[in-house]
Amino acid sequence: MAVYLFYFLVFPGLIFMAAAGGLLSWFDRKITARVQFRKGPPLLQPFYDFFKLLLVKETILPAQGSGFVFLLAPLLAVFGAAMAGLFILLPLFNIETGFRGDVIVIFYLLTLPSFSYIIGSLASGNPLAAVGASREMKLIISYELTFLLVVAAVIMKSGQKFDLDSIIAAQQAGSPFIGSISGVLLFIAGVFCIQAKLGLVPFDMPEAEAELASGIYIEYSGPPYAMIRLAKYIMLFILPAFIVALLMNGMTNGTGILWLILKIVAIVLLVTLIRNTNPRLKIRQASSFFLLWMNLLVVIAIVLAAFGL
Amino acid sequence: MGFKEFCFRKSLWVFHFGGASCNNCDIEIIDCLTPRHDLERFGILLVGSIRHADVLLVNGSINRRDKDRLLDLYNQAPKPLLVVAIGACGCTGGIFAEGNTFAGPVDKIIPVDAYIPGCPPKPEAIISGIVKLAGKKG
Repeated sequence: MAVYLFYFLVFPGLIFMAAAGGLLSWFDRKITARVQFRKGPPLLQPFYDFFKLLLVKETILPAQGSGFVFLLAPLLAVFGAAMAGLFILLPLFNIETGFRGDVIVIFYLLTLPSFSYIIGSLASGNPLAAVGASREMKLIISYELTFLLVVAAVIMKSGQKFDLDSIIAAQQAGSPFIGSISGVLLFIAGVFCIQAKLGLVPFDMPEAEAELASGIYIEYSGPPYAMIRLAKYIMLFILPAFIVALLMNGMTNGTGILWLILKIVAIVLLVTLIRNTNPRLKIRQASSFFLLWMNLLVVIAIVLAAFGL
Repeated sequence: MGFKEFCFRKSLWVFHFGGASCNNCDIEIIDCLTPRHDLERFGILLVGSIRHADVLLVNGSINRRDKDRLLDLYNQAPKPLLVVAIGACGCTGGIFAEGNTFAGPVDKIIPVDAYIPGCPPKPEAIISGIVKLAGKKG
């Protein structure tokens, strides 16, 4: 029992994921700054932001709306992200094997942060937050099917294995799934899905600083906003880790840990570059992008995978 | 300087309130965030919502309509909040000080922590003011 608590809270759980996610968030901001020929923030900037929000700032509850749900939603977001991260990282680091069907559980837990942002922003009673929440809902409807199809295709490629450990083992016994044509197509679709899940440009319309003034996060201040930042840091770490586990061979023995870090950083770099070279889409464009084009791509990948390509 | 103060001064998020400005101060504030001056190296970000703000930048002459908005914003912001008055209009009223619609310089409406005079102040002056402000709280 105590060892599971250690897994959840320390390694590879909450504290480790928060630290790794904070460093990746710094990497993201630094690359953004370098793309714009700026100098960028110092290394520990995400942690300064987090502790400032957590320790210094005051919490303001909205006058109209439900304060309890408003405060509970960020905790739910952190819980969902940490729990999903735990199920991803335990097999990835070869600590525990997980259980049968944990890919499905991970898939559901990964949607929990987005759902809790919706619940929290609707509980605040702010009209701009409501607009942001409705956009987030439409975005979820758009990308979840694609993400589910990506997971399904990976399950098919691994020979009907429903747990992450067997999927990684199947890749290490054969070749990484990204080495095939269908794997490349799945990787493209998967990267766009995590872009939308992270709420980064071009899919940041729920947040939309210019028009909605931070949209779904508009009413959050102080410690609850710190929790939202924490959930975002964790998601920035575990979603690339999930892609690495599904498509890119996981972690091999020996120097595998270095390769694992390199792969995760490479995916974050890709996401950051997409974010910096694209404008924000309209919600309708994002919907048709996922529902039509990305789904088409994944279906082609599934057909190719059925022929063993 | 404790840990809390250290984190606070390393991560000042800025909300920009432009009163009845002639727009020159606004442009100089935006200049601070451009590649040449890059305020993000001090951890300073421009945020969209007052609930996330640590610093309220006020520029332009505050007329009678702006006064209520400014008070609203100040009351909605989570404390601790630093207020910076930028430009001649924000600090004293400048050439509008005797105007009919003028509702007083910023410090008559809300408490101000730093004044950055100039018409408009250079980006270097704004950066210097904000860095000094971050040092003062420490």
